[in-house]
Parts: sequence; C-alpha cells; structure tokens
Amino acid sequence: MTLTEKILARAAGKTSAQAGDNLWVNADVLMTHDVCGPGTIGVFKREFGQAAKVWDKNKIVIIPDHYIFTADSKSNRNVDILRDFSREQGIEYFYDVIDDANGHWVFDAAKGNMKRQYGSRYAGVCHTALPQKGHTRPGEILFGTDSHTCMAGAFNQFATGIGNTDAGFVMGTGKLLLKVPESMHFRLEGRLQPGVMAKDIILHCIGEIGFDGATYRALQFDGEGALNLSIDDRMTIANMAIEAGGKNAMFEFDSRTAEYVDARVKLNGTKSTYEPVLRDKNEKFVYEHVVDLSQLEPTVACHPDPGQRKKARDMGDTRLDRAYVGSCTGGKTSDFVEFARVLRGKKVVIDTFGVPATPEIVRDLQSTYWGNTTIWEVLVNAGVQMTENAGCAACLGGPVDTFGRINKSGIKCISATNRNFPGRMGDKESQVFLASPMTVAASALTGRVTDPRDHLGN
Amino acid sequence: MQSVFTGPVYVVRDNIDTDQIISAQFLNLVPTIPEEYEKLGSHAMDGLPHSLYPVRFVKDGQLDSDYPILVGGRNFGCGSSREHAPIALGSANCQLVLAESFARIFFRNCVATGELYPCEIADRLCDVLKTGDVVTVDLDAATVTAQATGKVYAFKPLGDVRPVVDAGGLFNFARQSGMIAK
Repeated sequence: MTLTEKILARAAGKTSAQAGDNLWVNADVLMTHDVCGPGTIGVFKREFGQAAKVWDKNKIVIIPDHYIFTADSKSNRNVDILRDFSREQGIEYFYDVIDDANGHWVFDAAKGNMKRQYGSRYAGVCHTALPQKGHTRPGEILFGTDSHTCMAGAFNQFATGIGNTDAGFVMGTGKLLLKVPESMHFRLEGRLQPGVMAKDIILHCIGEIGFDGATYRALQFDGEGALNLSIDDRMTIANMAIEAGGKNAMFEFDSRTAEYVDARVKLNGTKSTYEPVLRDKNEKFVYEHVVDLSQLEPTVACHPDPGQRKKARDMGDTRLDRAYVGSCTGGKTSDFVEFARVLRGKKVVIDTFGVPATPEIVRDLQSTYWGNTTIWEVLVNAGVQMTENAGCAACLGGPVDTFGRINKSGIKCISATNRNFPGRMGDKESQVFLASPMTVAASALTGRVTDPRDHLGN
Repeated sequence: MQSVFTGPVYVVRDNIDTDQIISAQFLNLVPTIPEEYEKLGSHAMDGLPHSLYPVRFVKDGQLDSDYPILVGGRNFGCGSSREHAPIALGSANCQLVLAESFARIFFRNCVATGELYPCEIADRLCDVLKTGDVVTVDLDAATVTAQATGKVYAFKPLGDVRPVVDAGGLFNFARQSGMIAK
C-alpha cells in the first residue's frame, strides 16, 4: 500500500485499501474558516436541526483568516457567526480575531492596514496556523473547507479540501465517504543549490505533469532529498498539490516531523499521541518521477495557470509592476528570511508587499536580528510594505480594500503565493507569475523577472 | 425527474477556475442565507475576463442567466474548494455543465449540493458550439443534440451521481434512500 492507502484503510477500520475503493473514513480534525465556515454551519443546522450538537467539539478547529482586515460589513459579520457558533457549541479551538468572547469584530479602516488589529488568540492563515497551534499529527485524517488543506500532507497525514455540504456532514457525523486516490510518486534526490527553493521544486513538478495532471490523485514525495527538506519546505510543496488537481500530498515521517509535531502539541496542550504510517515495499504508483534537486533552477509559473513553467533566467524580458510575498505556501518565517537575504541593503523598484501568514511569523521577523537590524526592518528599509495584519490578504484578491489587492487592469505581479488563474489577486485583466520568495525579491529589485542567483553574495 | 433540457449554451474554454465562476470578492456572501444565495447567482461567471468573454453569463442587473447550459473544456472548476461556485451557477438557473473534464472538488460539490449536473463529454463541444447555440440534453440517453446541425454527441452517463442531484443533494438523497433518519 502507498502511504495514502495505509492511512485511509486505518481510518476506515480496515486492514487494507487500494486505489478506487470507496471508504467511510473517520475524521480526526475538521477545520473551517470565515469564508466557508458560516455556510458550513448553515448546512449543519439546516440538516441536523437548530439545536444539534457537533460530533466532537474537540475535533473542530475554526480559524478566521481570509477576509478579516476589511471594512466590508458582511465579512466582519461572518467572523461573528463563527464566534456565536463556537460559544454555543463549546468549541475551544476557535482562534478569534478579538479577545472579547461577547464582542463583535469591526475592522477600523481609519487605523490603516499596517499595524496589528487583532487580539491575542488570532492565529492567521489556517494552513500555517494548524501546525503552529498543534493540530497536525502524523497518520491522522484532516478535512478542511479550503483547497490548500493538502498542505498538512507535509506531516505524514491525509489532508484534503472539501465543500460546505460535505463539511456540514462531517460536522454532524465525524465521517465522510471517500474514494481512495491513486498515488503519483515523486522521489527527490540530492540537495537544492543556493538560490533555489522548495517553491521551485513544486513548480517544477506541476510543470512536469500539468495543472490537471494529478486530478483525483495523491502526490507522494519521498526519498533522501525529501528528508533533507525542512518542515517549512515540505509545507510549501504539499500546499500546491491541488494546483495540479491533486486530492492530497504525502510526505514520509521522520525525526524532523516528530520533533516539530511533538514541540507544537506540547506548547499548545493539544492531543499528543499519534501513529505515523511508514512505507511498504509493495507500493503501487500510477506515475514515477525522480527529481534531482541539485539540477533545479529558479522556476516561474506564468499567467494564466500554475502549469505554465519557465526558468526565471529565460524571462528577463517580462516587465513587472508589483511583487508580493505572503500566503500559506509563501508567507512563512523561512520565506521572509530568504526574501530579506536578497533584499538586504538594497531597494525595490516596484510596489512590493509582504504579508506574513501568522502573528507568530510577524513576531519572529520583528525579534530576529541581523546585526542591529531586525529582519522586519531589513525588509521595510528595502522599501517593502510590510503589514502586521497576518492573513490570506491579496493572495485571493478578496474585498476591494484588501491589503495588496490588484485593483487596476493590466498589472503584472510576481508572487510567492500558490495560484495564478485570471483575476486571482484582484482585477480580472491582471496577470500573476508564481515564483519563490528569492525570485520575487530579485525581481522586485529590477522590475523584471529575475534569477535570484544574480543577486546573491552581497 | 426532468431528463430533457433544451436551451441556449454559454461556452467557455479550458481551466475555468472557481475564481472565474465566482470572484473571491463575493465569498462574503453566505450560501445558506436565502437573499445571499440569490445574490451569488447574479455574480456567476463574473470572474471571466471581459476581453475574452464580452458576452456575459448573467446580464448586469439580473439575478439569473439566460443560459441554462454551460459548455466547458478541460479541468472545469479547478482551484478552490468553495462551494459557492456550483451554488452561484445553480442560483443563476444553470442546470448542467458539459465539460471535457472536471476538477475533483468542483465535481463533488455539484453532487453534494445538488445544484447542477456535471456531465463529462469526450467531444470538445467548446470548439464546436458557440454561446447562444441551442442544444437539447437528454440525461436518460446521455446525449446532447445541437439544434442547428442536428448532430448528436454522447456523454458519459451520470450513473450514481444522477439520483443524488435529482434528490437535491447529498442530505436529501441520504434521507430518501434511508441512509440517514428523515
């Protein structure tokens, strides 16, 4: 069995499973957020009754993160719907924007969108916050009302995105009918060269199979090269399985996984036991690809989909108007560190935005010093507009007053985010080019798509 | 249940993602609140660039589309898991989508919500038909007939998906078939 088959079999109470089997699997965690949570709650109440109780209040995690720092009244109301429901159901893992359990969330546009406007429990982008807050564990089943839920595959667990109706069903029953996906095998060998990042690995893989090349399938990443990757890097890769149409991503369990997960469940007092799945000798894959990491170069996915792969060094003629670093896949501490390494002591020449994924990442950047300067200050000094209001922000456009949103047609933006279909970051006639934080940084310095290896070693 | 649908088609190309089906800025609308459900329909397919799609799926100021049938290419509905996408189409009175292939979560959301029938068709109808052409779709026979040419195209029968959409989605189907209590 593949790692995915093993986890699904276990969650269905069976000794074995193979691709194509339809199984009722038990959920370990159901995650929802402000965009799909209110609708999920609506489905749950409509179908199970106004007085119904969720199947297990300790297994539901609610993380507002999408449309938070906006004056749009409906978006603010949606956070209140989550708060009312969490209180009514006694859901502890609700990471509210505000500290007042009986309050209402209202974004104060007059205060601007750079300084923090959230309370002590706010967690930021759900997929980055889930592991930070101790909700990802090897061997478990995670359902989330968001397509990038697959990011938790980095932790050797089955994690996939579902719609509101399915989520309403899980909320009431704790189960979901799933078809076991076929697995595609990506064996990673060697190590990345300087200037090349995890984002380049996944953009390479998606380019290899096409943006629908993994539809209905699992993507298994393993091998010595995968074990050499940090947890952040594994998250970057797993996050974008969906950009090839994949159902889930899956990494092997190792000492790095254990170290990260053990530290986080301890820090947060969440469930500490788990049972990882280990590889069998007789795995059946429908596709095999070996990636020699040492041969990869800085890679870009061009408008209008994540499969339009090119090398950064071949794109010097592409002029840009804007650069952006942020989101679940590209807004982690390590992403900003590499972003800052390229920008240190220099100035960007196009509008450049930085949105850390979570408040913890904001704190990391503001408390880590290079000499007498924090990483945050390095970025600000380089001309990056850094907001403390961690969240999804302009990665998916959002309400028109969203920080960094593209509100003008014809704009070309290079971005460390995960998706670049038309209109993804705002205006329908804008274009988004996906790249690593280092490539985004180098491009921000020149105003053209630029290979970061030309800007290393200052 | 209704098996035959006749009406003008709205034709789109490959990789129509959920942002083009319903722009992210309208995800502040909650589909289970009736007036917001209606409003979602008025924005259906609003994310298509005007430069590529000058004829709009829903005319400005209207809640419903004049096109009950959508025709797409490969990978229709890729991108996010937002259920707002099939819901916006259903709310705009779109009854079925004929596409060469579907993205997984969108297909599942069509069925779970019962908003519309996702029909997989091997022929690239998006190369053959143009917006406004009238077709007749017969779900029992699993065929599409183009009115102008009389040409008949077969699509993959919906199988177990059909009764779930007929029933109005997963929960209704589960109740009707005794899988969960009424």
